Amino acid sequence: MCLGIPAKITQIDASKQGKVDYLGTKVKVDFSLLEDVRPGDWVIVHAGFAITRLDEEEAQETLTLLREIAQAEGE
Amino acid sequence: MGRMATTEGKAVSLELGSGGKRMRDFIASHIVPAFHNPFLDDLGDASHLPMGVAFTTDSYVVDPIFFPGGDIGTLAVNGTVNDLVVSGAVPRFLSLALILEEGLPWLDLERILRSIKRAASRADVRVAAGDTKVVRRGQADKIYINTSGVGLTVARPRTSLIRPGDLIILTGTLGEHSLAVMLAREEFGLESRVRSDCAPLTYLLPLWEMGALWMRDITRGGLATILSELAEKVPHALLLEEEKIPLSLAVRGASELLGIDPLYLACEGRAVIVAPRKKAGSMLSKIRKSPLGKRAAIIGRVDDQTGRAGELLLSTMTGGLRLLEPLTSELLPRIC
Amino acid sequence: MPGPMKELRDGSVTRALLSKIGGKTSGLDRPVRIMEVCGTHTMTIHRYGLKTLLEEAGVDMVSGPGCPVCITPNEVHEACIDLVTKRERFILASFGDMTRVPTGKGSLQTAVPAPDSRVKIVYSPEEALAMARGNPAKEVVFFGVGFETTIPAIALTVKRAAEEGVPNFSTLSALWLIPPALRAILQAGETAVAGFLYPGHVSAIIGLEPYRFIAEEYRVPGAVAGFEPNDILLGISAILDQIAAGRPGVHLEYGRVVNPRGNPVAQAVMEEMLEPRDAFWRGLGRIPRSGLGLKERYGAYDASVKHALGIKEGSGDLPGCRCGEVLRGLISPPQCPLFGKRCGPDSPFGPCMVSFEGACFIYHKYDQRSGNG
Repeated sequence: MCLGIPAKITQIDASKQGKVDYLGTKVKVDFSLLEDVRPGDWVIVHAGFAITRLDEEEAQETLTLLREIAQAEGE
Repeated sequence: MGRMATTEGKAVSLELGSGGKRMRDFIASHIVPAFHNPFLDDLGDASHLPMGVAFTTDSYVVDPIFFPGGDIGTLAVNGTVNDLVVSGAVPRFLSLALILEEGLPWLDLERILRSIKRAASRADVRVAAGDTKVVRRGQADKIYINTSGVGLTVARPRTSLIRPGDLIILTGTLGEHSLAVMLAREEFGLESRVRSDCAPLTYLLPLWEMGALWMRDITRGGLATILSELAEKVPHALLLEEEKIPLSLAVRGASELLGIDPLYLACEGRAVIVAPRKKAGSMLSKIRKSPLGKRAAIIGRVDDQTGRAGELLLSTMTGGLRLLEPLTSELLPRIC
Repeated sequence: MPGPMKELRDGSVTRALLSKIGGKTSGLDRPVRIMEVCGTHTMTIHRYGLKTLLEEAGVDMVSGPGCPVCITPNEVHEACIDLVTKRERFILASFGDMTRVPTGKGSLQTAVPAPDSRVKIVYSPEEALAMARGNPAKEVVFFGVGFETTIPAIALTVKRAAEEGVPNFSTLSALWLIPPALRAILQAGETAVAGFLYPGHVSAIIGLEPYRFIAEEYRVPGAVAGFEPNDILLGISAILDQIAAGRPGVHLEYGRVVNPRGNPVAQAVMEEMLEPRDAFWRGLGRIPRSGLGLKERYGAYDASVKHALGIKEGSGDLPGCRCGEVLRGLISPPQCPLFGKRCGPDSPFGPCMVSFEGACFIYHKYDQRSGNG
C-alpha cells in the first residue's frame, strides 16, 4: 500500500510539476504536497506525487548503523 | 470432441489474450480438444512436421505500432523466426498477411514494410507468400499482421534429458521491449533511453549442435512464466540466483518506480537455454561472441536439493528463497 | 548520496541483523509475534525470503489489515463494475491492483464494458483527471482507494477538479485510516501480538503521534520502518529492545523519510477536502471514524452522490470467505478451509488471495513450500 521510491528531482516548474530521475528513468511527478523542494533533492514518489523528502543526514546515520552492525557480528 | 467448459462471462474479455494462465487454460480446454493431433498437442512454439520442417504462426496486434527500437513489422518477423529457432529449426520462409484499417497513413505502411524487409534480411528468411486485406475505418486498429514460418528441423528440444546439475543460461537483459512499448504509449510521463530488445535469435542456432537441451524465447509472461512452465514439465526443481540475472539500469529503475517485477516483463529478442553442465561454459562463450549476447549469463541450474519437483525458485540477494509462479493475468503496475 | 544505499539490501548486513535478532529472542518467549501492518512490508518480507529466516530467528510475522485491496468491500467493486458495464461513454480509471478483485459480477479486469466505455489503469489520480479534461464527451470516474499515503494525492486531485470546475470527473473513493483500525484490532483483544511494525509511508504523512496510544494505552511496542529488507530487520530489532526493557514506544527507524510530525501540507489538504466517517472494513466490520469521505460541498465530485450509486454495506461478501479472520491475524492462510482448494491465485475467492499483498496470495506463492501446506 505504500510503494514509494526515492528519486532525484531533475526539474520543477512554478506550478510544482516536474520530473524525477531514478537510475536513469524519468517520470512525471507532482510536487504540490511538499514545500521548498528544488532540483537535486531526493524525494519519495507515490502515485505520481512526491510525498516527502529524503533527509541525507538521517540516511547516513542509518547506513552507518547498518555497517557497524555488520562489522560487529563479523567479529 | 469433449464438452467445452464455459469461460467466465458470456463474451471474450481482453484478459483472454494477455498470455497469462487464462489464455493457456483456454488453449488447453478449447483449442487442443477441438483440433487434437500429435503436432499440436505438444503446444511447443513450433510444430515439427514429418517432412523435416517446422511450422509456426503468430499474429501481431501491438499498440502502438511504432516504439523505440522497432515496430510491428520488426516484431512480426522476429517473433515468428524466434519461435522456429527455439524449437530447433533454421528459419527459411515466412508468409505475411496484412489486415489494414482504412485511413492508415501511407507513410506508416511504407515504414512498416521497410522494417519487415530489413528484419527478414537480417534473419535470413524470405517472404514467400502473402495477403493484404483492408477493412473499414474502426474495424481494426491501424494494422494487424500475421506471419507463419517454415524452417528446417535440425534438432528437437529434449526436456526428458534435463538432469540436476544442468545449467540455465539467459542471453541478455530482461524487459527492454516491455518498457519501450510503455514509453511509446506515453504512460506515466515516462522518459527513458530504453529501446526494444526485438531481434532475431538465429545466432543461437549453433547451440543445438553443441548440445543445448531446451530453449525458449522470453515473450509474454516474462522469464518467470517461461521457466515455471519448464519446471512443471521436467521432474525437477529449478533454482535461479537473483544477483546473476542481468538487468539494465533502465529496466531496474522503471520497474521499481512503477512497482512491476522485471522477472515478468516480456522481451522480444532474449532466450533462456538449458545446457548440460559440461557444455554450458563453451555455449556461453559462443553466445557472448554475438553483439546480441554480450550480457549473457548463467543464471541458475536444475537443482533437486533446494526445492520440490516442478518448482521454480529464486535465491534472493538477501539470502532468502522465493517461489516464482507463472503470471496468472495482466501484469499491472502496483501502487501498493 | 543518497544513491543506491546498498547497505539496506546487503546480504551480509541481513545475516548480521538476523543473528542479532536471534540473540534477542532467545531471552524472550518464542516465537515473538509481530504484526506488520502495511501490505508493502508483507510484500518485502516475502520477496526477499525473510519470513522463514525470521522464523528461524524466533520471530513470527503476522500480516495486518494494511492491504487496501483486501479491506475494500466487494460492494464497492461491484458499483465500479456496474458503472463501466451498464453505462455508455464511461471511463472507469483505477489503480491496477484493484482490478483483479473477484466479485459476484466478475472483476474489473474481466468485465466487458458497455459500448464506448472502458476501464483504464492509471498510476496516479492526476492521470484520471487529465483523461476527463481530454475526453469531454465521456464521464470519468476514478476509483480512488488507499490509506493515508495515497489519500492526500486523491484529495488534491479532487480539489483541482473542483477549482477548475471539470464537469465530467468524480471519484468513487474508499479511503481508510490505519490508527483506528489498529485500535479496533487491539480492542477486540483477539490477536495477541507483541509488537507492531508500522507503515513507513503512511507515517510520512501522519507522523508518529497517531500511534502513541498503542504504546501508552495498550502497552504494545512498535517501530516505524522503511521498506528495504534491512530497514525491516532494524525495526524488528528495535521492537525486541522495547519488549526486553518493558518500555513500549514508537521507535522511528525510517528517519530518513519520516518526519515525526508528518507532512503538514498533505494533512492540510486532507482536512480541507475530507471528513472522517465510520467505515465498513471487509473482515473487520464497521469501525468508527476509520474512513474519510469528501465533504458535502464537493458532492459533484463524489461519484456515489453524482451517480447515485446507493452502495449497501456488507452486501457483497462471498459466503464462506474467511478473509476477515486472516486480516485480523486470527488465522493464518492455510487454516482457512478454502485455501489452496476453492481459493487459489488463479481462482481467488476472496481479496486476501487476489491482492498481490494479500496474506493468502503471498503465503501461497512464497511459503507453501516451507512445509505447511
